Amino acid sequence: MSEGQMDEALRRELQRQGVWVTSMQELYNWGRKNSIWPLQFGLACCAIEMIATAASRYDIARFGGEIFRPSPRQADLMIVAGTVTKKMAPQIVRLYNQMADPKYVISMGACAISGGPFKQGYNVLKGIDRYIPVDVYIPGCPPRPEALLHAFMELQRKIDEQKLTGADKAAHLDPQQPSEFPVPAFGRHDLEPPANADVFQPPKLERV
Amino acid sequence: MESLEQIKDRAETAIPGAKIDIVPNPGPANQPSLLIDNEHAPAIAKFLRDDAALRLDFCSNVTGVDWLDRVAKKTVKVKKVVDGEEKEVNQTTEEKIPGYLEAVYHLYSITHKHGAVIIRMRTEDRAAGARLPSLTPIWRSAEFQEREIYDLYGIRFDGHPDLRRILMWDEFEDHPMRKDYVQPDDFEWEPTPHDDVLARAKQHYTPRPELDGAEKITAGSGDTLKR
Amino acid sequence: MSATVETLEAIERPPVTMGSRLEGELLEVSMGPQHPSTHGVFRMNVALEGEIVRKLKPVFGYLHRNHEKIGENTSYLGSMPYTDRLDYFCSMTNNWAYALSVEKLAGIEVPERAQYLRIILAELTRLQNHASLLGFLLNDMGAWGTPLMYAFREREKILDLFESLSGSRMMCDYMRFGGCRVDADDAWLARARQIVDRFPKFLDEFEELILGNEIVIGRTQNVGKLSADLAISAGITGPMLRACGVNYDVRKVDGYGFYPRFKFRIPLGEHGDTYDRLMMRALEMRESVEILKQALAQIQPGPIVNPKVKIRAFRPPVGEAYGRIEAPKGELGFYLISDGGPNPYRYRVRPPSFINLTVLEDLCLGHTVADVMVILGSVDIVMGEVDR
Repeated sequence: MSEGQMDEALRRELQRQGVWVTSMQELYNWGRKNSIWPLQFGLACCAIEMIATAASRYDIARFGGEIFRPSPRQADLMIVAGTVTKKMAPQIVRLYNQMADPKYVISMGACAISGGPFKQGYNVLKGIDRYIPVDVYIPGCPPRPEALLHAFMELQRKIDEQKLTGADKAAHLDPQQPSEFPVPAFGRHDLEPPANADVFQPPKLERV
Repeated sequence: MESLEQIKDRAETAIPGAKIDIVPNPGPANQPSLLIDNEHAPAIAKFLRDDAALRLDFCSNVTGVDWLDRVAKKTVKVKKVVDGEEKEVNQTTEEKIPGYLEAVYHLYSITHKHGAVIIRMRTEDRAAGARLPSLTPIWRSAEFQEREIYDLYGIRFDGHPDLRRILMWDEFEDHPMRKDYVQPDDFEWEPTPHDDVLARAKQHYTPRPELDGAEKITAGSGDTLKR
Repeated sequence: MSATVETLEAIERPPVTMGSRLEGELLEVSMGPQHPSTHGVFRMNVALEGEIVRKLKPVFGYLHRNHEKIGENTSYLGSMPYTDRLDYFCSMTNNWAYALSVEKLAGIEVPERAQYLRIILAELTRLQNHASLLGFLLNDMGAWGTPLMYAFREREKILDLFESLSGSRMMCDYMRFGGCRVDADDAWLARARQIVDRFPKFLDEFEELILGNEIVIGRTQNVGKLSADLAISAGITGPMLRACGVNYDVRKVDGYGFYPRFKFRIPLGEHGDTYDRLMMRALEMRESVEILKQALAQIQPGPIVNPKVKIRAFRPPVGEAYGRIEAPKGELGFYLISDGGPNPYRYRVRPPSFINLTVLEDLCLGHTVADVMVILGSVDIVMGEVDR
């Protein structure tokens, strides 16, 4: 519901009387957040916990996220579950570019965040956020299924708060915001470029 | 199973000109190995596989090892005339051992259920002479593993059916498992740097003399994308 | 509108004769690295003639995370948590293989209770690995979801055991050089006994539901046949080798741990086809249950770690060692060279699922592209181990 349009107490009172007042934005976001279709795409160990989350005990279907789509064209959410190697990074950016807007990214596990335990590897990308924007990060190696569910709920909260209009409207509604990002190329010693400066602005640690 | 000495003797008699050395392994594991000469390696491997008593038909593990240039120091007591007097002086001789690459094969027999016999081959040097005969025609299991050695160590296997990079991409030029490989410096920010990681991370720090040793973490530039 | 039609008519086109144009032409398809049935980031370049596979080249390296290089820059014990992430289904057996190799390298004895614990955990790992494999394989075959749900239900029970013992579901980091990290109490052993006793019931149910299924038989029998000679030459190990009728199990051949103390049989296949490989897993699970029953009955109290082993500043003597165990996927070996320093000079993993893929092309040639997924599923790969 847009701000300042209706008193929250009045709204609740009306709801008690059987009148449900809502706004376009609330309805739209409610629909989107309860049917997030993740991309069926596992990279490493975290993918097994992702499968466990989808399996009987943890059952991500309770949150409307059980429809794992093998095609990026049908998916809303990319769960980067596992170590992103430099050889795999271009494929992931390509998959992200192929997803239709609005699209979200969960960076699952230490490796997808920063390279994790494999950070010192020559073929390991130090975080997928060097090339694509990430919405939710989950720490852990691997994160437990509960952590993935928590991240999923955080993402739902984020979607719920997205604005349809105004200056701070959601990125997918803003034509100025890019929906695709350049795919890195295989270089002679490393990926080229090693990071996308438009997306990746790490905090600077300043020390004497 | 026969001892390595017996295997060595029989192989050298069976293949004229073959030269096999026994590389001792001093540790508690006691797994000595056979160093076979590159020229006769395929013939020796074939002998090991087909010999009725050995039947080493299962090549389990194939791997590369990188040995850099080493200096072996030897101290010998020599008699020398110092100030007109004959004295015993310690003289240190330095022997330079040039570096080489090594391929190690662990062989077992599924027929006789014995093993392991370990064979190794050494290249001439670590550059242009890094070539070895491929043993893939003898044991098919070496196919991917020799490709891996080629990719990571840069040993060219002559006679390999499909010698390409296997783990790294085709455009990659280095051989990353070599001991002198320098990996791309892409640690832009380390939350908990230590040891050599700290030394590398320090190169990316911007100096702030007015803070005098204090550290400060600042967010990235303001115009971050909304996503 | 009519003008448009005329323009289209006017364009000269090559004559289309259905069926004859593509004959003999090969269509190259890249399957993976993002594919629902490649078990991770495996990729195959397949040349197809119609639906028939004429050429297949696997492409590796999409999960090459430099395990060996990191292992050479870390202390011996520091590599133990990394071994968990090799074959991330079977962290316990990876730990054991690495601990065994270091124990060979440094000449370390392992106390009796630790040996028992290791066997119990390794066989539990085998149970959950094989159960999940059957689930994934049937998933690839089109039994979408259900068998995998059953398999994961059983897997979760075993993961609970691992978690209560080691603190982690998947990355157990449980073994140490010369023993194990924490002791199992009586309550844990009682729960393990309960789960093991109930496991055959799941197997009965699963076999009844699936292994006699007509579709499963139709899609697996005579698909992807592997001859014993090729299997031996290509270094195939584990259930895939035994499905060809070759009796070779490192548990029996090397007799590492306390395996010689237990009575168990090695199931052998006859045809070496996908069905045999599938059955091999089902039968091995029954034998694992037998081993577990004996081990859980025989285990006695005692120390779980060799007190002589130094934890800090652990430096094995100069030398080299190759140790191997029968992991659920095949022979898992570690080759270590020590130069007397705190880090191994050479740290090499012999990954069974990587070497088992050597014959993938031979298995798939002449079969339809749909069978490729079933054959790949029956090889049982985990990319963490294939690419390391």
